[in-house]
Amino acid sequence: MEFMNPGAFKANAREALTDENLRSAMGQLAAGFVPLRQAAVDRLPEFDLLRERARELKDHILANLDFYLERFERNCTAAGGQVHWCATAEDARQAVLAICRTVDAKTATKGKSMIAEEIGLNPFLENHGIEPVETDLGEYIIQLADEPPSHIIGPAVHKTKDQVSDLFLHHHRKHGRTERQTEPAKMVAEAREILRQRYLDADVGITGANYLIAETGSSVIVTNEGNGDLTQTLPKIHIVVTSLEKVVPTLEDMTTFLRLLARSATGQEFSAYTTISTGPRRPDDPDGPGEFHVVILDNGRSAMLGGEVQDMLRCIRCGACMNHCPVYHSVGGHSYGAVYVGPMGAVLTPSLLGIAETRHLPCASMLCGRCEEVCPMQIPLPRLLRHWRERAFEGDGVPAAERWGLSIWAWFARRPWLYGQGARLAVRLLRYLGRERGRLGKLWGAGGWTDGRDLPAPEGRTFQELWRQRRGKGGAA
Amino acid sequence: MARRGDPGREAIFAAIRQSLGRPAHSAEARRELDDHIGKHRANLIPQRGKGDGKELVDRFRAMAEAAACTVRTVAAEAEVPGAVADYLRENNLSTRITLAPDSWLSGLDWASQPMLETRGGPARNEDEVAVTPAFAAVAETGTLVALSGPDHPTTLNFMPASHVVALRASQVVGAYEEVWQQLRKATKKGRGFAMPRAVNMITGPSRTADIALTIQLGAHGPRDLHIVLIDDQAGQE
Ligand code: SF4
Repeated sequence: MEFMNPGAFKANAREALTDENLRSAMGQLAAGFVPLRQAAVDRLPEFDLLRERARELKDHILANLDFYLERFERNCTAAGGQVHWCATAEDARQAVLAICRTVDAKTATKGKSMIAEEIGLNPFLENHGIEPVETDLGEYIIQLADEPPSHIIGPAVHKTKDQVSDLFLHHHRKHGRTERQTEPAKMVAEAREILRQRYLDADVGITGANYLIAETGSSVIVTNEGNGDLTQTLPKIHIVVTSLEKVVPTLEDMTTFLRLLARSATGQEFSAYTTISTGPRRPDDPDGPGEFHVVILDNGRSAMLGGEVQDMLRCIRCGACMNHCPVYHSVGGHSYGAVYVGPMGAVLTPSLLGIAETRHLPCASMLCGRCEEVCPMQIPLPRLLRHWRERAFEGDGVPAAERWGLSIWAWFARRPWLYGQGARLAVRLLRYLGRERGRLGKLWGAGGWTDGRDLPAPEGRTFQELWRQRRGKGGAA
Repeated sequence: MARRGDPGREAIFAAIRQSLGRPAHSAEARRELDDHIGKHRANLIPQRGKGDGKELVDRFRAMAEAAACTVRTVAAEAEVPGAVADYLRENNLSTRITLAPDSWLSGLDWASQPMLETRGGPARNEDEVAVTPAFAAVAETGTLVALSGPDHPTTLNFMPASHVVALRASQVVGAYEEVWQQLRKATKKGRGFAMPRAVNMITGPSRTADIALTIQLGAHGPRDLHIVLIDDQAGQE
């Protein structure tokens, strides 16, 4: 598996399709999150109306992004925080390093942050003598495994329990643990004890932000573990690494997004901890960090405004699109060779990095439309995927390897048990076919899509089982 | 630091405006947008965030329990220390408790429970049980809201393995938006308001599903969250 190379999608996916551990982990993912989300949505009759409102609100924010960012900066500064504007990933890494150096930091605890992943913060800090310690259990597991996240909210969702047992046994030896734990409760307790000391020892705590509130100059994190709160409360310095589009005007506006986030992500009514942080510890505060820094990253986002892919900036990183994506289920997150995976990643990665290196990603889709149906922000993911496909195939002819894009789709098309899930999928597929046939014909020659066969047929058994199981549980269609 | 003239900052704002195909907002447009912030209107409050007294308290309780909290109702605040002692005893938890240094909470008659050993202040790593008040509670999702400050150290919400919250039923509101209104009032300063350093919305104990998607409580924060709900709304229905 080539982790951070979107060009390796094809080889990665081929490898992933024969990985039984991955198959079993992905099976659990679909069997878990899909029905849980549906149940949460069913319990809130206003869910679809909220999606409408959230979309309108986010479009308003994006159209006035400069204004709200200025207001955020003004109010954050007034509360004693410091804002650092970073056009590129390198700028952001340097900004974080400079802050760490002011306290001669040796270790930095980290809450889960996709922006930190995007800028490659961990290897950078390591190279500069600062040990990053991931505290979200999923991030901690993949840090031990030396792998990137495979899901935006469940970074270690590809790991089976046995694999985690082995990792803990191997890495916890140096903390005096020699027993291989196999019960999740004991494994969690062991990690909790080891990480607790790391929070207390850390010089700097780094978190992401789900939102920045213009009205108050606050950053907001949403977690279930409480790790982000310990990360940002105990050390001397709290650094928030985040990006431009996270700003919202008011507490009320944040609330609208919060009503969608947990329900879409995990099917919870609300995540366990939503924390609004404003500035450093006050003179009479008994705890909290002495400094509060907000590092705001652009890294290609400003260029997405006003154009065809602006809609992608509405994303609230809930992960619903990947939880419902048959391609993601079958190839897993690592195949994408990028920080952002699944349908949202297949759109966002080319938007941020350019289509040249990433042209395989928008093809890793069968355009079945499930992602758009479940996206709480009503992002037209299939349209955006098609947009990038078209860009990928523009210009000087199509390299033969590009057939891949079609063949993965054809692979699904040849598997009726997958489409047996609902006529809706097939209807969409046919509609897509009808609409796109001219284009496809031009690109690959007539009938090209039916004989693209460069995918080894994997053992379909487990995959079928998964879908049958899902149905048996009365899961979402 | 907000550095005007910071070249990185200027480049980002220029890039945003170029992509949006317009210059910076006019004074009038800014006034309108400031108005959007100033009015801080609610967007859409679901039906379940509405209702009156008892109905909301019942909903809060049901939602909190669904989020793995335990809730016990007592008739008066004088019963809180006894209810805390009962909870700790019934669950075999430590009887050494760290109380938030909140005047109302520490003013309760803790001496009435000789088995409890109390101290105040921010959490220490060895603390096993924290007892705190809350600023408000939201029926919509069974969410507690706590504000950081001298009377409520944030660490008490996260470090000890058990968290007990003493809540008055009259503090329960329907929707999050009502909490924001109360927060603005409670921290009013000049024409605006002063946010506490941390506003913690807490819905159930700490949890993780990062190992094989099985839910485990007590990932980094409390394993159990117990709410002692004081029924101070009698006659208000
Ligand atoms: S694209 Fe939509 S569904 Fe996917 S992560 Fe973003 S908000 Fe969630």
